[in-house]
Amino acid sequence: MSTEVAIVGIGMHEFGRTDGVSGMDQGVVAVRRACADAGVNWEDIQFAFGGSMAAGAADTMVSLLGLTGLQFINVANGCATGGSALFSAYNTIRSGVFDLGIAIGFDKHERGAFRVNTKGGGLGDWYGASGLALTTQFFGMKINRYMHEYGITQSTLAKVSEKAFRNGSMNPMAWRRKPISEEEVINSPMLSYPLTQYMFCSPGEGGVALILARADKAHLYTDKPIYLRAAVVRSRRFGSFEVLAPSIALEHNAGPTVDASKAAFEMAGMGPKDMDLAQLQDTESGAEVMHMAENGFCEHGEQEFMIQAGDTEIGGKFPVNTDGGCLANGEPVGASGLRQVYENVLQLRGQAGARQVPNDPKTAYTHVYGAPGISGVTILSR
Amino acid sequence: MSQVPVTEGVFTWPSDSPQLIGSRCVACGNHMFPVQQGCPKCTAAETEEVLLGRRGTLWTWTVQGFPPKAPPYAGNVDPKTFEAFGVGYVELPGQLKVESRLTEADPEKLRIGMEMELVIVPLSKDSDGNEIVTFAFAPVA
Repeated sequence: MSTEVAIVGIGMHEFGRTDGVSGMDQGVVAVRRACADAGVNWEDIQFAFGGSMAAGAADTMVSLLGLTGLQFINVANGCATGGSALFSAYNTIRSGVFDLGIAIGFDKHERGAFRVNTKGGGLGDWYGASGLALTTQFFGMKINRYMHEYGITQSTLAKVSEKAFRNGSMNPMAWRRKPISEEEVINSPMLSYPLTQYMFCSPGEGGVALILARADKAHLYTDKPIYLRAAVVRSRRFGSFEVLAPSIALEHNAGPTVDASKAAFEMAGMGPKDMDLAQLQDTESGAEVMHMAENGFCEHGEQEFMIQAGDTEIGGKFPVNTDGGCLANGEPVGASGLRQVYENVLQLRGQAGARQVPNDPKTAYTHVYGAPGISGVTILSR
Repeated sequence: MSQVPVTEGVFTWPSDSPQLIGSRCVACGNHMFPVQQGCPKCTAAETEEVLLGRRGTLWTWTVQGFPPKAPPYAGNVDPKTFEAFGVGYVELPGQLKVESRLTEADPEKLRIGMEMELVIVPLSKDSDGNEIVTFAFAPVA
């Protein structure tokens, strides 16, 4: 019989651009804030899983936080770094090895689209030299095909961005806090057809830390424990269409998001209809649209009606990306997945302020997707 | 001025009818591009080199609207003179879908399902003045 796990403390360093503060220092700020939230000291933490893509080895932050001798394991899993840290922390407690631990993610990226390390990604130099090593192209091509198959319109893509920036304007931790209209989104420069500048998120900076405890000890740290019901990471299977792929198979496979989602619902003993809100990977606005269906929250093509009707707004039938998502927060890769969980904890505690989902939500879902075709899902409940 | 391929072993060059070089799984017949050992479909270890078909249909596409970062990009990145280029996946019947530059960058002239053919296009010049070339797919007139 495995132990249940609760999130008892959350901390975040503001997302966006913080000149003069390293990515690791932003991670340290997040850890200190999480400790304060849980009412624990750093020396109380028994283990840590942490990672960043571009801001250094997480375990070196102990020299700033205190050399307590704790077990600290670095996680490097691209866009699923945060999800992998959380998966590892979750199972470390479930297995009974430790009672109290922390998952940490932080990052700091240069401006502009990601510079892809073709060698590190197992790709030949010719691929980048020929102009194909851009993650943005994949997103343009995937949504272009999806729009062709399922009748999603550009207006719907723009409405997703409009919602993200509106939600971001209510989030003091967000990078982009100025509302942008659907028209402005459509008229911004075309970066990768059919996606315009304001339909894409930007690589950014930030840090998040989450403190986890055995559920039966959660009351020691908080009167509002949020239970982690599932944490899953999946890689791609043959036939799926993924970012940075020089070729794909003729046959079609639904991809790692569908696999991770199904596994997470099974683990939690719940289904999509049981979820009150979700944070879904929105590298660009089309990704949010496609991920609604891939995660089981609607059929392919239904998003067109749902988004036009406002269903995914904070006050709608099924709120999505209530904190503004990647579009408003940017994407510090190591921290992005944990940012989603941070937001869901706030929502389930009833502490999300101006962007609080009404009617006392009880369950919440997160989903990350990234190179080279990985997906991470968590399910939380009160 | 001579033309040199951006890399060896990805497409046949020089050639009047260039072809991409891929792999075929000896066990299950699955096609791969570029050449690789080990089959992602059936997990068998042995593959053999195969020349891929020169014609196919456009499965999806986008247009690269801003200069990619250089490196890794070897083409023109000057924002004043950068020209957008098409990128797509071309479905080669019975083989696989290949990602490629497209010679067409006008959204009005690209559509899913159109016939495409492999061509070799200039990318940049090297320090010796040679023209570096790579592969692309062009709409079949």
